[in-house]
Amino acid sequence: MSAPDIAGALDALWRGAFGSKYVIFSATLVRAVPLTLTGLAVAVAFRAGVLNIGAEGQFLAGATAAAGVGLLIVSWTHYAQQLVALPLALLAGAVLGSAWAGIAAWLRRRFGVLDVISTIMLNFIALDAVAYLVRGPLQEPLHIYPQTPSLPPALHLPMLVPGTRLHVGFAITLVASVAAWWVLRATASGFRLRAAGANPFAAASAGMIDVGATTTRAFLASGALAGLAGAIEVTGVTYALYDNISPGYGYTAIAVALLANLNPLGVIVTGILFGALSAGAAAMQRDAGVPAAVVSVVEACVILAVLLIQQRRPRAA
Amino acid sequence: MIARLGAAAGAVWLYGGSATAGAITGTIAGFMSATVRTATPLAFAALGETLCEQSGVINIGLEGVIIAGAFASLVGAGAAGLASGVALAAVAGAAIAALFGLFAVILRTDQIIAGTAVTLFGLGLTGTLYHWLYGSAGAALSIPTMRASPLPGLARIPVIGQALFDQSALTYAVYVIAPALWWWTYRTHAGLALRAVGENPDAARAAGVAPRIVQWWAVILGGVLGGIGGATLVLAQAGTFAEGMSAGRGFIAIAVVALGRWHPLGAAAAALIFGAAIALQFLFQSMGWPAPYQLFLALPYVVTLFVLAGAARGRRAPAALGRRDL
Repeated sequence: MSAPDIAGALDALWRGAFGSKYVIFSATLVRAVPLTLTGLAVAVAFRAGVLNIGAEGQFLAGATAAAGVGLLIVSWTHYAQQLVALPLALLAGAVLGSAWAGIAAWLRRRFGVLDVISTIMLNFIALDAVAYLVRGPLQEPLHIYPQTPSLPPALHLPMLVPGTRLHVGFAITLVASVAAWWVLRATASGFRLRAAGANPFAAASAGMIDVGATTTRAFLASGALAGLAGAIEVTGVTYALYDNISPGYGYTAIAVALLANLNPLGVIVTGILFGALSAGAAAMQRDAGVPAAVVSVVEACVILAVLLIQQRRPRAA
Repeated sequence: MIARLGAAAGAVWLYGGSATAGAITGTIAGFMSATVRTATPLAFAALGETLCEQSGVINIGLEGVIIAGAFASLVGAGAAGLASGVALAAVAGAAIAALFGLFAVILRTDQIIAGTAVTLFGLGLTGTLYHWLYGSAGAALSIPTMRASPLPGLARIPVIGQALFDQSALTYAVYVIAPALWWWTYRTHAGLALRAVGENPDAARAAGVAPRIVQWWAVILGGVLGGIGGATLVLAQAGTFAEGMSAGRGFIAIAVVALGRWHPLGAAAAALIFGAAIALQFLFQSMGWPAPYQLFLALPYVVTLFVLAGAARGRRAPAALGRRDL
């Protein structure tokens, strides 16, 4: 066991996250996209009182659907129009992400199964399903690597900043965050969602609000956001589906959402923060040999710190 | 972080022992034996969680407790033998549970979110320490596993003898602890106080019981048992540690508690169902059933969902489970 070089590790962390303009756009902000979107998914669910710990599985479901549907369209039409194929792939991702969350939503509503446990079980099932698909029906034609064929350029998200890896998914993420903020703040369904989450008994006894239906809808919307995140990751970053496509984005998302106090706009800031942490941790592991697992410890501490602060200051719905 | 680990999980489950191919009886015996063996860590964790939930606290951080116990057992057993491995695992499990207890019991934060954080903490901390202690590649450190020690006479009972009584000492410990906990929670004043806190903390307080102190010790004792459950994974099954080798067992154990109706004997029995779901892959593989390997890996998680849906009918959780206002 060698004594860890703290200064060297922190230096690597900083350089990996903010060291250059290229690193900021191609590492930090690129990683911020899935973290912000899954963080948004968690925030929407938690606001409604749904403890969706399943963003990870919904992300995988979305990534699988985007890759599968995208490749299917391309194989049918030989050359696919980007304007058609790409939106369909993203839509498929959101739909399957939502459906995956829908299983847990149904178990909750029909049988009262605790969301935390059902969503975590669904995460493991999604992981095994992806492992099977990329070695089975969706494997690349040579059957060498456990991954899908590479997506053709028609299924690649356009770049947002030329000369970097920052793709249009970043803009989609910003739009989704602002939209979620507006829906929660200014619409009737947003009000119902917040009311159901803040005090389900009060919401139900005040009439007008069907708490079961409201929380189910929030669960489905949450899954759609996480699924969209997976679809964007496949079409914007990896261009193929494989086993470890998510380094645990769906779990980091919980810290992202809680640190933002479940505010959809705040999630953009905390998403970028954790994007930087994630990019920096990768550099730290590469350059200073510090295991990336340490990020989970940091995330856990962030969540606990937020709990501690909230203990003193009750959160308004 | 949690997710990445599913892959490692498969490898660990397969280590457990090999079913005898060939004769059907041998295969079935192997399956039953594997069922009891894989149920043992779940039984430990579920017994601890039962105690915890009987006092009104749901510890979702159990996964973090188990992985901490697994890692500590590797360190302890590597340094000073199997017994110290178990002891260190119990301490590590209690320490992680204490972190959860600090937030959930003392500070009265949301139990579910605190538990989720504790799980992330345990998985991250063990992953980090493993890399630091055993090299950045995580060179596998192998520990001789606990040998099965057949109980004289009992092991020769037809059909069930080998499965139940040709196991490691840790499995036998479950046979003692489960009835002991049943007796303690249902037949002693201290146990009554524990369940009273979980059912009606106000009445318990009126009767002179301090709910938070009771819950604190229930969480710690749950951590001790969860940590030993983690040790079982390493010392009686895999013989080594892999990042995230708990592979959702903490969450499965929480389902076991619900299936066991918050009763220690129920939890021990329910653990067998999940042990069987995990052990089924040995059976199917030895029978040469041509289905994708990943399907077997997913099976315990699918069973958990079905069991939770089924357990919804007629179950009764402690009335004050999850309550923060005490």
